Amino acid sequence: MAGASLAAASPCAAESALPADPLASPMWAYRAGEILDGKPVVFDGKVQLSIPMLAENQRQFPVMADARALQGVVRLLIWADLNPIPLAVDYRPVQALPVIATRIKLDQRTPVRAAAQTADGVWHMAGAWVDAAGGGCSAPPLSRARGDWADHLGELRGRLWFSPQALRLRFSLRHPMDTGLVANIPAFHIDQVAVKDADGNVLGELRLQASVAEDPAFTLEFAPALRGVVIEARDTSGHDSRGQLMVEKP
Amino acid sequence: MLGRRAFLAGAALALAQGKALAATSAPLPKAEQVGDGLWVVRGADEPIAWGNGGAIANSVILDAPAGAVLIDPGPSRLYGQALGRLAQRLCSKKVGMVLITHLHPDHAMGACAFDPAIVHALPQTRKDIGEQGSDFADALYRILAGAMQGTTVLTPQGDLAAGPLDAMGRGLQLYALNGHSAGDLVVLDEQTQALITGDLVFHNRAPATPHARIDQWQDSLSKLEAIPHRLLIPGHGPLDTGGEALAQTRDWLGWVQDSLQRAVDSGLDMVEAGALPIPDRFAPLRQARYEWQRSVAHFYAGLETQALPIL
Repeated sequence: MAGASLAAASPCAAESALPADPLASPMWAYRAGEILDGKPVVFDGKVQLSIPMLAENQRQFPVMADARALQGVVRLLIWADLNPIPLAVDYRPVQALPVIATRIKLDQRTPVRAAAQTADGVWHMAGAWVDAAGGGCSAPPLSRARGDWADHLGELRGRLWFSPQALRLRFSLRHPMDTGLVANIPAFHIDQVAVKDADGNVLGELRLQASVAEDPAFTLEFAPALRGVVIEARDTSGHDSRGQLMVEKP
Repeated sequence: MLGRRAFLAGAALALAQGKALAATSAPLPKAEQVGDGLWVVRGADEPIAWGNGGAIANSVILDAPAGAVLIDPGPSRLYGQALGRLAQRLCSKKVGMVLITHLHPDHAMGACAFDPAIVHALPQTRKDIGEQGSDFADALYRILAGAMQGTTVLTPQGDLAAGPLDAMGRGLQLYALNGHSAGDLVVLDEQTQALITGDLVFHNRAPATPHARIDQWQDSLSKLEAIPHRLLIPGHGPLDTGGEALAQTRDWLGWVQDSLQRAVDSGLDMVEAGALPIPDRFAPLRQARYEWQRSVAHFYAGLETQALPIL
């Protein structure tokens, strides 16, 4: 094999193309290399990461990633550099507005990032350091401590809010979202969610890791003309949840 | 964390066996005399943080015939020891009784500076500290590190009940309430008619809700309003003689409860709820945004479950 092609494919070459991290994270180059497929990266004020001023609960840290100021967003990611499971959410807003809010686990003080990929392949990024107590990923979920996780597994709740700007969907699923990092509890989490219109066309697709908080909850937005949505979720053991919501027009 | 605690406890012991530097040279907290034989040691109106060593809650020292009485010994062994020396200087007596108003570590963890036999609380508080004390210790060690040296979880005697208490010869009236936590002790000092409320009342500092049941808390505030008193010493913030602190705590809690419900009902996410404007009338309250966002974290998921129908 020629030396030149080896160099081009090496991680070092990819790292050198990365812009310096405004957060000076020790894991920036590694995580970017792992997650961003070698595509160009810009830190861009058009992507907004909204978070609370403190991580009151490291098992349930609210994050909102908003790329509505960008045109042609094809993917929207939420990750935490220093989590053992860094990438929490990989959202494809196929026929949805590029905005998502959810809650993630934090295993320690870490940069939390939002990354929006536009159709030209470029990643537009925002981020912030968050101080957090340990154990968000490595302590058992509360429903396992209570013992009732199986009674409500996959239970789906949801509601729509209509405004002239957007149809907003909020939904939640009961699930322990086991990380596999707790002794004797293997990884077990919801990994796929699809939101479709009444005709079965995909509006948005989510790929989730177990670093999404227990009993995951999401806020998504769609064009206001939409009449309703179907939510389909599947966990790593193949349990399916499904539910439908129709707009109640006044 | 246990390992680190054990190490730090060992370090504190070594120090004590040597010149006992930490125990004698640290500056004493400042006491403010607010009545006959009654002093308040004000906590910083801040979150628990490195710079304040966790000393954010108010402590009270009472001069009683048979010894000093200390209410809420603060966050750490060193701070509890400093309060003990302060009480000795003010009353010329050793601390003979320590009362813990509720489970929270900024009020309770300094108890380990004293003989467990003289540390008293409601039965509920004994239960709460027994169950959650080590988690609190972990949290405070993470934030405060060296200021926590030697601090261990002391489970108080759960032997207090509503009614009169002869506290080293000084007459107190005890009230067993709840709402800020599952067990909130309130003390009325008969001699000065000072009402020492623990964290059922905050003053010019936003109330914290990590174990709150807001409906119960409002009921408890009604009970406190019915207790005649000349002076109110809140758990956090300056003392109050005009009934302002009770009204302010009630107003804040009502606003928190209404705003959380409105936010959930209008489809806001937690992040958006945390960013909602706080009314101007709460401008005097320190840490308002911080405590509002904490309250969102404490209550939002539960309210969502009620607001989102099962599909």
